[in-house]
Amino acid sequence: MSIQAKQEEIIEEFSMFDDWMDKYNYLIEMGNSLEPLDEQYKTEKYLISGCQSQVWLYAWMEDGKLMIRGDSDAVITKGIVSLLLRVYSGEPPAEVYEDDHSFIDQIGLQEHLSPTRSNGLMSMLKQIKLYALAFKTKQEQKDKNE
Amino acid sequence: MSLNTDIQKIRKSFPILKQEMNDRPLVYLDNAATTHKPRVVIDAISEYYNNYNSNVHRGVHTLSQKATEAFENSREKVRETINAASAHEIIFTSGATEAINMIAFSYGEKYIGEGDEIIISGLEHHSNIVPWQLVAERKNAHIKVLPVNEKGELILEKLDTLITKKTRIIAVNHISNTLGTINPVKEIIKKAHNHDIPVLVDGAQGIPHLDVDVQDLDVDFYCFSGHKVYGPTGVGVAYGKEKWLSDIPPYKGGGEMINRVTFEKTTYNDLPYKFEAGTPNIAGVIGLHKALEFVESTGKEKIRQIERELLDYATSQLKQIEGLKIYGEATNKTSVISFLINDIHPYDAGTIFDKLGIAIRTGHHCTQPLMDHFKIPGTVRASFAPYNTKKEIDILVEAIKKVKTMFG
Ligand SMILES: Cc1ncc(COP(=O)(O)O)c(C=O)c1O
Repeated sequence: MSIQAKQEEIIEEFSMFDDWMDKYNYLIEMGNSLEPLDEQYKTEKYLISGCQSQVWLYAWMEDGKLMIRGDSDAVITKGIVSLLLRVYSGEPPAEVYEDDHSFIDQIGLQEHLSPTRSNGLMSMLKQIKLYALAFKTKQEQKDKNE
Repeated sequence: MSLNTDIQKIRKSFPILKQEMNDRPLVYLDNAATTHKPRVVIDAISEYYNNYNSNVHRGVHTLSQKATEAFENSREKVRETINAASAHEIIFTSGATEAINMIAFSYGEKYIGEGDEIIISGLEHHSNIVPWQLVAERKNAHIKVLPVNEKGELILEKLDTLITKKTRIIAVNHISNTLGTINPVKEIIKKAHNHDIPVLVDGAQGIPHLDVDVQDLDVDFYCFSGHKVYGPTGVGVAYGKEKWLSDIPPYKGGGEMINRVTFEKTTYNDLPYKFEAGTPNIAGVIGLHKALEFVESTGKEKIRQIERELLDYATSQLKQIEGLKIYGEATNKTSVISFLINDIHPYDAGTIFDKLGIAIRTGHHCTQPLMDHFKIPGTVRASFAPYNTKKEIDILVEAIKKVKTMFG
């Protein structure tokens, strides 16, 4: 499924909630079912700064796709990590890099994007884009050399 | 009069409390971070800008004299409030943080050298840790920490073993912003003075709740912020005994703090101006005057009585919630409750509280070493002012129960 299709699917899911409580319950549910990140990656190196809770993001390339895993010590944050992984993990880094993450607005989580909110959704997105850019550049270099 | 009548009367003075937050009446329980401002303070600030805005101490013109008079009247009010021996021992700063930095720098320049020791406590706000670390780094001095017990009280007996011939200053807060513990600063000062060591008290949380008499405490330096005592942001006070303030060098240079400047040598102005370089926060200083008057006319005793009742009520209600743990159970504490619910992350709880219209603080409250002591990432902190009501505490209790089920 493309990034776009996955975003549309999420927007569809969120449109069924009519109050914030359901929305947060859903985030909590997703947070609780997020596959935990291997302890070896829960280090300073993978820690995202700018969050009131701790968030770790780890990425690697597999068959030309950007693979991301993440975790947090707070459940709502974990739910947000889970959303981001669902959309971006397993996609080509160039596409991840270029995506404008408009779905955040559409599912009513834009308040979490504001820089004054310290849950760091902005920082997480930035880190994912950074990973995407790094792997994209590496791949382009490799293609050029071949 | 009943408690609620008193509260409602005080509440009326605070215009902000009328509003709604996320479609619910605002429940503001973050008073240790900053208190709201009564109308008299807001009006005094706008009156200054509307009617006599002018720079202080510089012009002979009438407007400037009027501003200067209001500015200096505020200094006198601060002096009276903390019972300083003289008004020139009151230095206006931008807040407690700048006040502590100023004293740490200026005192440190003159009196702290290589191998010397600075004692702080395990309960300190970063504002009373980092300035001393900066001095220690610059001077190759060391920081020693007076430890905290499980109830969140300082272990005073340990002070005797911490004090050595190399101790140059002790810096401790009057009240812990995270736990509400009221620290035995008078005893600490007595012990320190037995060894001729001066003491700085971070009174950021002390001033809003306690009667502070700097002469009775015999404290050498006392620092606080205006905004935590119903005054404006951007103004604060560094009190210092005259003997220290005239002795230590200035912290910043500029206009107003000089006597005579040539390119070869500058002689400094008298106290307090030696420490007040640059145009000060005139409106803030004037607002602070009104805030202190507000506290006086409300009555610190009344404020304490209401806060004590709110604290007791909240503590007993919160203790009934299974899985809720209160951090900071000092015998002597003010209206602050830090807590965690089961193993729910304070950030998660805070997000839901916000949605429910409750302004409450979550996180480490700028006291990371204290959080490390309890081995927790942070807490949820409710802090009460005399405009809070028991009903608001009931709303908090309901919200905690909701959080418990959501994350349960
Ligand atoms: C105990 C204590 N000290 C110092 C400060 C710093 O005050 P300000 O940020 O107003 O300078 C605070 C504020 O949170 C505090 O609670």
